Amino acid sequence: MGKSRAVLSLSVNGKMVQITSDPDTPLAYVLRNELNLKGTKIGCGLEQCGACTVLADGEAVQSCATPVAVFADQKITTVEGLADTEDGRRVQEAFMSARAAQCGYCTAGLVVKVTALARAGADAERNSLKDALTGHLCRCGSHPRVLQAAEAVLGENR
Amino acid sequence: MSIDSYPLVADWLGVENGRLVLQTGKVDLGQRISTALIRIAAQELSVPASSVDVASVRTGKSLDEGITSGSNSIQQSGAAQRLACATAREWVIARAADQLKAQANALILEDGNITHRATNEQIAVLDLLSELPANLAIDPAAPARDVSGSVVDMPPRGLDAMVRGRFVYVHDLERPGMLHARIICPPKTDAVLKEVDPDIIARLSEKGMSVVRDGSFLAVAGPEEWSVVRAATAMGNACTWDIGAGLQTGDVFKMMADKEAQRFAVLQGKPDPAADVPSQLDAPQYSEVFERPYTLHGALAPSAALATYSDGKLEILTHSQGIYFLRDSIADSLGLAPANVVLEHVPGSGCYGHNAADDAAFEAALIAQAHPDTPILLKYSRTDEHGREPVSTAMAVRIEARKNDAAEISELWMETRGDTHRGRPRAGANRAGPARLAANAARDCDVPRFVPEPNMNRHAGLHRNLDPIYAFSNKRLVKALVPDLPLRPSALRCLGAPANVLAIESMMDECACDAGVDPISYRLRHLEDSRAAAVLGKLHDILTMAGACTEEAGRGIAYAQYKNEMTRVAVAVDLTVSDTGAVVLNHVRLVADAGRVVDPDGLAAQLEGGVLQGASWALHEQVVWGRDGRESLDWDSYPVLRFDNVPTIDVTIIGSDQEVSLGAGEASPGPTVAAIANGIFAATGLRLRRLPFDADAVLKAALQA
Repeated sequence: MGKSRAVLSLSVNGKMVQITSDPDTPLAYVLRNELNLKGTKIGCGLEQCGACTVLADGEAVQSCATPVAVFADQKITTVEGLADTEDGRRVQEAFMSARAAQCGYCTAGLVVKVTALARAGADAERNSLKDALTGHLCRCGSHPRVLQAAEAVLGENR
Repeated sequence: MSIDSYPLVADWLGVENGRLVLQTGKVDLGQRISTALIRIAAQELSVPASSVDVASVRTGKSLDEGITSGSNSIQQSGAAQRLACATAREWVIARAADQLKAQANALILEDGNITHRATNEQIAVLDLLSELPANLAIDPAAPARDVSGSVVDMPPRGLDAMVRGRFVYVHDLERPGMLHARIICPPKTDAVLKEVDPDIIARLSEKGMSVVRDGSFLAVAGPEEWSVVRAATAMGNACTWDIGAGLQTGDVFKMMADKEAQRFAVLQGKPDPAADVPSQLDAPQYSEVFERPYTLHGALAPSAALATYSDGKLEILTHSQGIYFLRDSIADSLGLAPANVVLEHVPGSGCYGHNAADDAAFEAALIAQAHPDTPILLKYSRTDEHGREPVSTAMAVRIEARKNDAAEISELWMETRGDTHRGRPRAGANRAGPARLAANAARDCDVPRFVPEPNMNRHAGLHRNLDPIYAFSNKRLVKALVPDLPLRPSALRCLGAPANVLAIESMMDECACDAGVDPISYRLRHLEDSRAAAVLGKLHDILTMAGACTEEAGRGIAYAQYKNEMTRVAVAVDLTVSDTGAVVLNHVRLVADAGRVVDPDGLAAQLEGGVLQGASWALHEQVVWGRDGRESLDWDSYPVLRFDNVPTIDVTIIGSDQEVSLGAGEASPGPTVAAIANGIFAATGLRLRRLPFDADAVLKAALQA
């Protein structure tokens, strides 16, 4: 907060944008409030639940507590940006086919995470997947459908 | 039933802008009730699901169907909607017969049209529905349409938006001029705010933020969310609270055993204040106590609400499960006419019962009243949600049995004990509505402290699933309400059922084991309900096909019928116990009979989700607190089930289209908890009777064995 605001450049979903939020503001708040990208959810603000997961240079990271300034040199992709990529669309379609959501609040973060796994050529074996997703909380119990969707996507990669 | 209050077809459905719009008072929490209602209408009226909408749920406009709870929505709103649609269908066919000058049996209802078999003349169903007379009464005997072979399928409502990050939750709302707000959460609900550093309030004011204080209720609002988050943290550190004697600490089960209880005999599932409280058995052959600690709802999204106060009227957008009751409680709290308070449901995350949604709605209204004509979006922090949401009461269930010569249970005595499950704001004696809103314990107001009354309804509260479904010849059942335990309790998915089912199904398992009989056969010996037998029989067949679990694993079985009148569920859990005491869930096989199925995938999703929530309760969840307040304040200090321990879950649905549709949202957690307990015994020989069965509990039991 404060009057004098350094303008920060950020690459989000393939576009360079100028950010006027305080550089200490966690990325998720900037995405949601300044860029109106509300698909990135805040569940804890403590990097404990994964709802805020975005891609930073292709890696799935939590965005609810790390200041936006840290991401200045990285390419950010949010769930909204995934639809522009083939991998992202495949993952979203797999989630649709598996009907892998109940309330949906954890879903966007999981879609982003599974996309990162698909791009990294991660192991489609169920126990590996369970471990890979364990940073993401779901309280409705959509887990089996999410695993099914992830297996379908990662299995195609072979 | 809902049609008693809303007897007209037009109460439930109508055509707007060429689309069929359904009315309901039940809200979608991710349990897919709105999808189910659309499927019912699409089936009954043979219109495309894509042409059907569900109206938003708003006070003054929507049907008042009480609270979206108790697995009741399919049996209340769903059954009413089916009858309304069936009545409309009969009217539409008669109307078409008239217009086409044909006998009704010469008409085909298909794909959104009514077609004359002989002439192929067609009329669109939606066109006919738009002419429905406003006074057409629902025919309670209108037959459901035979849809065998032509089940409507549609993706769950909202799924597409969810996977694309475009589904709108309360948290995502924006309004011109809107301020973000946070509360400063007191260490306990009725803590007294002694002092807040005046310098900090002045500093925040310079930065364009405002502080709202009403007695000990304290909040901050401002245009920038992150600034408000930081301001709330700073203010929290600048407050001095008086917590009086603080929270009572120690073993909650000892507290509830020592305190005086209001005890009632429970007869046919209903507490009877006139009946003598039955005495314990003489020389029982089985006598154990099962305990469940305080647990949280732990919604993934902390609670939120958007409130605006203009011209003496409040509008609140909320994820509450009971907008009419909440409206009345808020209006009473603020001295407003109910008509001047409008609530509309907007999705939050899954809530699983009465979490902080209602409190957040009221608190957003308080902040909005201090900022007229300004929309206020209040969000709780994770710590606020964990620290302030109502908990599910701790419970202790004592169970005693005597057996006959055939090792079958002939006499049973059970007492279920705990605080209330009824903390939802809802009118009652001593202004029970306002008294159940957390902020009223802090505000300068004359709202009395809430004193719970025992819930005397059938299969409700503490005594939900207390009455075993088994045909024991002598059942003596007791409900014991112990108010004034340390934490504020309210309704969590399943209410008392998980603790009661754990006790009953552990006993059945132990007695089967003692008798040397397999657990399914032993249960069948005590069951007269043929549908229960069919569910267990199917599970037996599935397990026979699957073969035994591995040698180091254990398989636990449990059965329950939610509320003794809803969906029947049998569960088998295969699990292993690691050297560290951690329970690893391998495979869950579940069979359910929910009667006529509206949405097979939605039903399976509810049952799977219930298995995993039950597993989380069984293995992890308990609220820890100290004198100064709760200590379970995030996902590290309140562990829950995560992906790494998610088992394979196979759901099998049996049951007949000729039976009524039964509620299923709370059917699987109870038997899952019990099946895990029985699985731990099968794997280790240890009987655990106090939840959660985490690694510490397993190791402690092993050391004591």
